[in-house]
This record gives sequence, structure tokens and C-alpha cells, in this order.
Amino acid sequence: MSDLDELYQSIILDHNRRPRNYGEPTASNRRASGHNPLCGDEVTVWLTVNDDVITDVHFVGQGCAISKASTSLMTEAVRGKTRTEALGMFDRVHDLLTGKADPMTERKTLGQIAALGGVSRFPIRVKCASLGWHAFRNALQNEIASTESAS
Amino acid sequence: MITSLAPRSDFPLLAAAPALHYLDSAATAQKPQVVLDALARFYTYDNANPHRGAYELSARATERYHDARATIARFIGATHAECTLFVRGTTEAMNLIAYGWGETHIAAGDAIVVTAMDHHASFVTFQQLAKRTGAEFRIAELTDDGQIDMQHLATLLDSRVKLVAFPHVSNALGTINPVHEIVAMAHRCGAIVVCDGAQAVPHLAVSVEALGVDFYAFSGHKLGGPMGIGVLWGTQRMLEQMSPWQFGGDMIEVVGDQDTTFNALPHRFEAGTPNAADAVGLAAACDYLSGIGMDRVREHERALTAALLVELSSMDGIQIFGPLDAELRSGVASFAFEDVHAHDLATILDEHGVCVRAGHHCAQPLMRRLGVPATARASLWVHSTTDDIDALLHALHHAKSLFADAVTR
Repeated sequence: MSDLDELYQSIILDHNRRPRNYGEPTASNRRASGHNPLCGDEVTVWLTVNDDVITDVHFVGQGCAISKASTSLMTEAVRGKTRTEALGMFDRVHDLLTGKADPMTERKTLGQIAALGGVSRFPIRVKCASLGWHAFRNALQNEIASTESAS
Repeated sequence: MITSLAPRSDFPLLAAAPALHYLDSAATAQKPQVVLDALARFYTYDNANPHRGAYELSARATERYHDARATIARFIGATHAECTLFVRGTTEAMNLIAYGWGETHIAAGDAIVVTAMDHHASFVTFQQLAKRTGAEFRIAELTDDGQIDMQHLATLLDSRVKLVAFPHVSNALGTINPVHEIVAMAHRCGAIVVCDGAQAVPHLAVSVEALGVDFYAFSGHKLGGPMGIGVLWGTQRMLEQMSPWQFGGDMIEVVGDQDTTFNALPHRFEAGTPNAADAVGLAAACDYLSGIGMDRVREHERALTAALLVELSSMDGIQIFGPLDAELRSGVASFAFEDVHAHDLATILDEHGVCVRAGHHCAQPLMRRLGVPATARASLWVHSTTDDIDALLHALHHAKSLFADAVTR
């Protein structure tokens, strides 16, 4: 697979075209927005957290295929996880995006999210892929914060 | 088939990367060898602090700096070199106008007019000037094909308007604006005219005096000069009304304990050690373009732009912003691809060696009006050819098939 095919795998293109859990929920108890001022990408993530478990996740956003697909994948991945489990996942996705983790070995444990591994060959796209994850982490902390310092 | 106007070998970066299709000259231009040589020559043979040392080397540095100013003034049709101020770029020029002239000439009750296609360098600078002074900030809207809506502009102009700012050429759309007409309208109501020439000077023959504007600004790096040098030209009358904005060495005449008198034009506005080397580099870029002839540059870009617009128009799913008539635009094509975000497009194009800008082009108010978060922008210059356009189109087709596959597979 070329780097480009690796980046735009069918999972990514599918989540871009049909983002999961898209839209503002009627009920939630955590929320945060992220914005990348360099490219204009925006995302808002809503969470419902009950007894330390993330029971519901939704998002709305405007951005490239990578940012939309990554956020969509995130909503499926963290639903049903505890806060600690989800934060652990955030760290592993960060390693995956920045090339510190091998997508092949991560595939078993990260499942579909491993498809984001292609981003590591495109350093300028890491911020696109991590925008929704940063918004998610900020939402967990119940902060409304910009993720422009995402790295 | 349109070949390059200037040989690729004139540009060391392009010569070293034969497969590169650089279609982002509107962001910054590649540098001709003669500019790099001029920089090296200055630092190798003429480097000293201008205006300071009483020795021959310093005198020579001073002379190079002054010669550079004269060359650049000639290039933009300015009779008086001392009215051609060196700044870091268009952004600093706009801020100099806002702080040097705006603060003392604009007050609550006055109005400032910009356009919806202004670059953030002027849009934000004059928006904030309006906020500081309590002036009203008015925005001239655009027509559907990306030109300034002259009828709307006319409704904004009244005796309260003190300053009208607009780009000579839009960086995001490429639209060439009717400077004379806008100047006449603004002057009729007593406003001064600030023209952002950043996207015009590298591509059109510009004569600031013939345009009739009060201030004209541009950046050196967009016409093949170094980054970090640019020009603010103003009429003598305007510059004499303007207060110094930055203080320090070189800009003073006599410094007393409690007060200071200031140096003559242009030095009054050039505090500190001047950026002499980059001024020399910019002058070399002006000489390079003069050697080609700006009318030929314009004709080359017009012909290529016409070809590019035809190619883009023939592709399904592409929306082109700005006028579709190449006569009305410079060598810039801003477009959106249905279903493929500009950033994905830029990444795919990059894999084909095609460099385009993707984003809001420092023109967020314009993007809001176009109803898109970002556009892809291809821009041309003297080294561009139909090969570059073919490579762009080939890469666009690849992007299209890559994203179309998502539906079928």
C-alpha cells in the first residue's frame, strides 16, 4: 500500500462519509470544543458520564476526512469505557499518530482505530487526527477549551 | 502548450527538484539565483551598519541600501524614493498606517471601510483600529463572482469615512480590483485610500502614482525577494502627516533629555539598524522582473490562468471562486472539490509533487461569505507552465477516484 492508500484506508473514508454518533444529543453532561486556527477545523464533543463510565458520545464538526473520521472512530471506541480506560486509549492513539506505536501490533487491541496509523507518515496531518481526541479529553475534564496546542 | 516565461534554472530550488510543481507563489515566491547572489554579495563584500560608521565599508553599505530603495521606487513608479519606506512586509505596513496615521486622524464618529476580500493583514488591523478609536467599521460586500460590489461600496461612502482599504488583487480569489474607480469614490467623500498590493506587484505592472492611492503596501518575498522585507509607499503629504510608530536609532535628529526631534523621510519610519541586505535582495528581485518585463509576466499568467480555469471548469464537482474571466483575475485559482476537503486535497496533491495552498488564506470573513471552511488555491508565476497545470489536474483526478472509491468499495 502506498502512504496515501495507507492514510485514506476504506475505514477512514467510510467514517468520513458516514460519521457515527454525529449530531448534538438531547442529553449530555460533559462538553468541549476544539478548534485548529491554522486550518479552520472545528469539533464539539458531548459526553454522558455515569459513575465514571462513558455511556454516550456524540460530535459535530467541520473539517477534513482525517479529522472527521478520527473523531467518529473515537466516539465508537470510548463508549462504554471508564475514564481511566479512555484516557489510556487517548495516549495510545497519540503514540499511534506520532509514529511511536506500530499499527500492526496495535491492531489487535485498538481495533478499527489502528486505521489511523497511516497518519504518522504525514506529520502535518497529526493535528487533524488528534483534534477530536483532544476535544474528547477536555470534555472528560468538563472544560471548554481550544485544542490549538494539540501536539 | 505554454512554456515558462523564465527558465526553471533561474530558480535553484526548482532546478534541484525537477518533479516539483510549485503552485503556491501567492503564498511565497521561489527565489531567483540573482536574489541569492545579491544577498551573498552584500554580506560578503558590503556588510556594515548603514548610516553609522565613518569608514568606507559603512559608506558602501549605506550606498547599497539607498540604491536598493531607488531601484524599488522606480519599479513601482514612485518618483520620490524617500516616500518608499522599508517595513517587514505588508502586515507591518498596515500596522504602521494604523498606528502612525490612524491613531491621530480617526476618532469616534468616523468610519473605516474595508472589503470582504481584505486579507487579515488589513482587515484585522483596521478592525482593531476602529475598536480603539470608536470608529465605525464598515465592510463592502462582494458580488456572486467575487468582485467588490461597487454599488454596495457606494452606499458605505459618506463624509464620516476617513479611510478606505482594499486589496489591489485578492489573495484568495485573484480578483483584480478597479483601483481608479475606488480611489475616485473614496476621495470624493474625503477619505484616504490604502491599497494592499501584496498580490499585485509580483504579477502586474504597478505605478503607485498613476493609481492615485494614498498608501500602497507590498511584501518582498512574494516577488522573489527575501522574507522579512517589504514596502510601504505613501504620498509625501500622507507621510508628513504620519507620526513615528517605532522609536530608536536612525529615526532621530536630536535627542534631548525630555524631548526628541525626528529624522527626515524615510528614516523617521525606519527605527533601528535597517534590513539593508534584504532591501538589496528585494532590489535584485525587482531588477529580475524588470528584465523580463511586467507586461509579459501579466500576459503569461493571464494565458495560463485562462487555460487553468478551462481545465478546472471541465471537471465535475469543482466549484471555482472568483471571476471566471482571466482578464479580471491574476494567476490565482481558488476552488473547492465536492466531498473532498481542501486539506485532504492538498495532501493527495503533495504526493504528486503538486504544492497548493489549502485553508482560509488569512481571509476568514471571505470564507464565511463563500460558505466554505477552506478552499484549495493554485497560484502561478513566471516559471509556471501547462505542465504544472496538467500535473494539478492529474492529481485532482486521483483525489476524486480515491474518495469516490469509498462509496463503491
